[in-house]
Amino acid sequence: MSEGHGHSHLSDTELRVRSLESLLVDKGIVDPAALDILVQTYEEKIGPQNGARVVARAWAEPDYKEWLLRDASAAIAEMGYHGRQGEHMNVVENTPQVHNLVVCTLCSCYPWPVLGLPPTWYKSAPYRSRAVIDPRGVLREFGTEISDDVAVRVWDSTAELRYLVLPEPPPGCEGMSQKELAALVTRNSMIGVEKVSAP
Amino acid sequence: MNGAHDLGGMHGLGPIDAEVDEPVFHHDWERRILALSLASGAMVKWNIDMGRHARENQPPAQYLANSYYQTWLVGLEKLLLQAGLISAEELAEGRSAKALTDDLARRVLKADQVGEVLSRGDQFRMDDDIAAKFAIDDNVRVLNNHPTHHTRAPRYVRGKCGVVTHDHGVFVFADANAQGNKIPQHIYSVRFTAQELWGPNAAPNDCVHVDLWDGHLEAAG
Repeated sequence: MSEGHGHSHLSDTELRVRSLESLLVDKGIVDPAALDILVQTYEEKIGPQNGARVVARAWAEPDYKEWLLRDASAAIAEMGYHGRQGEHMNVVENTPQVHNLVVCTLCSCYPWPVLGLPPTWYKSAPYRSRAVIDPRGVLREFGTEISDDVAVRVWDSTAELRYLVLPEPPPGCEGMSQKELAALVTRNSMIGVEKVSAP
Repeated sequence: MNGAHDLGGMHGLGPIDAEVDEPVFHHDWERRILALSLASGAMVKWNIDMGRHARENQPPAQYLANSYYQTWLVGLEKLLLQAGLISAEELAEGRSAKALTDDLARRVLKADQVGEVLSRGDQFRMDDDIAAKFAIDDNVRVLNNHPTHHTRAPRYVRGKCGVVTHDHGVFVFADANAQGNKIPQHIYSVRFTAQELWGPNAAPNDCVHVDLWDGHLEAAG
């Protein structure tokens, strides 16, 4: 790979991936059309807008919230979100007494059907190393101050259970539609590094 | 294995670089390696824990230097070679030297199957009706084991005591699954106080929940 000035704009990694893709297509291990659909699914269709709809519904409908906290997999599947990396869901609720934060210290486990693919920082060594030993410092780095009398609960996703934080509804959102509520809910608030801001 | 992937509690790795309005992918090759990994995995020649082990089993300096998707590339090359789906020569050449067997060819993920396969997901629960070793509110200690193979018990909880707060039911035991053995075990959510994990200077109200299997735990007074 060192001789290629013709490819000088391509990194070694890009060349390796291209070569691997050529091999797998040539050998028939992958179907190129399936690859395109996989990319399109996670780039365009599945993302945190799904989780935001779940949160908005839980805020608006007490019965749904009760179901979501008791049997998250079923309550989330009922909204059409299920499958890969979201097979077994748990929802943890932020309250005035408890703030929840989700991490995967060992790799990058993340609830794909409701949040999409994880952002780079979630998969990075700084976040994975510090979320369990210094969660309040991590939260401050995201501009989130948690007072000493509020308990911080960190959830390390070490098994095939995936965690979604149900943030507290912000003040001033009373009477809003579920669509308007969902627009307030950020990805980071469902990981637990931020609160949902007032409209 | 005590690898660089087991990051919980390490110092010195710097601030968190949270990019605003981050795109899903930063380079086209990241799209390709994600799709190649998912499509190849659909042939079911390895399971999720074998996949994790292939990615984490790198020299620590290399693991930390690689970006996330570079590690996926390292892992996928390794898995394809180990499974015998490709040869080292084919990998070096980027060209097929031998066609897939009919049996393998039948397993290839087709475009019209992608939606169904993704929305179905994987099966990690096992139907075996086995008794739970621990009950809610039991005090447990994480066994101080340091296996050289894959494990989902992070180093920062080994030897530490916690309380069982939830029994998730019976799942395949990841540590054995990574070696191709399907063993059913209960998974529990275990709550560790921050002070148990990090000492008396940690915040008194804070805690960390870790999901652990029967095989990781023993009773603690």
